[in-house]
Amino acid sequence: MKNTTISDDCAVDIRAVRKAYGAGESAFVALDNATVSVRENEFFTLLGPSGCGKTTLLRMIAGFDYPTSGEILLNGSDITSLPPFQRPVNTVFQNYALFPHMTVAENVAFGLEALGKPRTEVKARVAEMLRLVQLEHLAGRRTNQMSGGQQQRVALARALAPQPKVLLLDEPLSALDYKLRKEMQSELKRLQYETGITFIFVTHDQEEALTMSDRIAVMSAGRILQIGTPREIYNRPADRFVASFIGETNFLTGALHGVANGKAKITLKSGQSVVVNAASDAPASGDVTFIVRPEHASVVEGSGDLRGIVEKVVYFGTDTHLHLRLSGGEAFTVRQQNGSVSGSAVEAGQAVAVAIAEGAAQVVRA
Amino acid sequence: MRKGFSVRHQPGFTAIAIACFALLYLPVVTLVVYAFNSAPSVAAWGGFSLHWFEVALTNSDVIDASVRSFQIATVAATLATVFATMAALATTRTRRYRGQTFIYAFINQPLMVPEIVTAVALLIIVAQLKAVTGYSGLGYLIAAHTAFCIPFAYLPIRARLENMDLSLERAAADLYAKPLYTFRRVTLPLLWPGILGAFMLAFVLSLDDVVITEFVKSGGQDTLPTYMLGQIRRGITPEMNAISTAFLLLSVVIVTLFFVVSRKCT
Ligand SMILES: Nc1ncnc2c1ncn2[C@@H]1O[C@H](COP(=O)(O)OP(=O)(O)O)[C@@H](O)[C@H]1O
Ligand SMILES: [Mg+2]
Repeated sequence: MKNTTISDDCAVDIRAVRKAYGAGESAFVALDNATVSVRENEFFTLLGPSGCGKTTLLRMIAGFDYPTSGEILLNGSDITSLPPFQRPVNTVFQNYALFPHMTVAENVAFGLEALGKPRTEVKARVAEMLRLVQLEHLAGRRTNQMSGGQQQRVALARALAPQPKVLLLDEPLSALDYKLRKEMQSELKRLQYETGITFIFVTHDQEEALTMSDRIAVMSAGRILQIGTPREIYNRPADRFVASFIGETNFLTGALHGVANGKAKITLKSGQSVVVNAASDAPASGDVTFIVRPEHASVVEGSGDLRGIVEKVVYFGTDTHLHLRLSGGEAFTVRQQNGSVSGSAVEAGQAVAVAIAEGAAQVVRA
Repeated sequence: MRKGFSVRHQPGFTAIAIACFALLYLPVVTLVVYAFNSAPSVAAWGGFSLHWFEVALTNSDVIDASVRSFQIATVAATLATVFATMAALATTRTRRYRGQTFIYAFINQPLMVPEIVTAVALLIIVAQLKAVTGYSGLGYLIAAHTAFCIPFAYLPIRARLENMDLSLERAAADLYAKPLYTFRRVTLPLLWPGILGAFMLAFVLSLDDVVITEFVKSGGQDTLPTYMLGQIRRGITPEMNAISTAFLLLSVVIVTLFFVVSRKCT
């Protein structure tokens, strides 16, 4: 097994997939016009709040359910209506779904046996998989006598054993406690690196998505709002929802005058103006919303970009949050890293100037 | 401090409980005790003896009827369990189809039809079939027993299927198992306790049946219960007690066996 770098080859191509439950007036659209290309050997994450359609999309890639319209391609061939047992795609279920009447080794062997692999190959592969997830010593154990973390590893070994083209993981870590979750996060990254299999990972935990993924698709209410690397998603959110769902954000509104070279000038209520990143499809003028991450703003001597009064200073150990009221009346938070032990010089009631880091202000769809 | 409501602390609870237990078990205990009576009476005690068990065991009519009962129960319970399993799969493991609810009701309908009605209906049709086909073997009894056992076998199997985690079968399909392979390796092994329970229930029901058997049987086709019924009409001796006691013991063994096995399976 080797790790190859992510190529431009498309592993899974989801084209305009729509899923409606029920029919007619009462139909519920769980997935609306979802279009995503997951690349070969990528750790791809579907991120969104509960009920946004993540599982629905995963089920259709696995073949447990079929789209109302649209198509799903695997390595270029249409698998939209294939039954699950004909798709080289395996799933790690949220509740693990391990076979309770089989041992760990029998669970891991199941897919290979169903494929009719010769016995010696099955045995060797099961041993290899158990080594990969560090469970060799539990091969003969029944799965219902194991801890959550161990069951998780069995589920991973079982799904990886037949060497699927794509591994689907539906919130696999949500049932684990914090420490074990951290451990399994790096374990999953290692497994993906060592097996070179494309992972499609589902989570509602934005931090998990940011730390683990090569790319993320942010979903809300059955729609895919943005697809990008963790940095792009965090620093260049295209949408108000994306910006607020991932990390903390200041939202400001102002009048935009013309976009040039992806930059625009926005005038706030207070009359001050800020240079922002704006996509070329942003409205050329009128009121727009833009964001500034609290850590991209700092209190400075001199004039700065914004002015305001400090209302509250909250100490967080690694950093300090300054809650400001801008001169235009908007609330605004600045996060200062506590680089020294002497503490913040800024106090509540003080009037301050705020500078925004170069390129940090970003226009979002409202 | 006031304790929460407990039925055990209500006045008369102990008395009612004792009365219920007496009603349930006193007749059975009396029956068992007099099976060991040395005197030929079911009311006057004449000392301990295994005499009536000996009489029963050397009575070829009793042996014949017992063997017949077992043959019918074994075949009928097996068939009923197979049909019930298929019916349970068809009502829980398929996409919803038109008429599913109707089929469910249809399968369970025999539970509501009074047994005597079924018996009379069977009597008429079996008489006609006998006349037309000339066949008068055990087949009619087996068919009748299979039919009335199906709904009883269906219920525990269906309950087990409904409680089974569907994601297990989904996981099997995800791991390249075709439907039949999934059934063999996942559904059936997990369903096994339900199937076993269904078989035991059907077996005991068939063994125990009087009404339908009495109406359907041809001459010389007595099962143990109908033989006993016939004997009792002519007057009762402790031989009946001995047979009943053996029968009771068998039932207890079967039910216990079922509990042990189903415990092991889960
Ligand atoms: N079989 C179904 N019938 C009707 N609605 C469903 C069905 N399955 C899912 N839904 C609905 O679709 C929406 C998306 O569900 P899901 O994909 O499970 O969300 P997520 O995994 O993101 O939490 C939910 O509102 C859910 O209630
Ligand atoms: Mg889900």
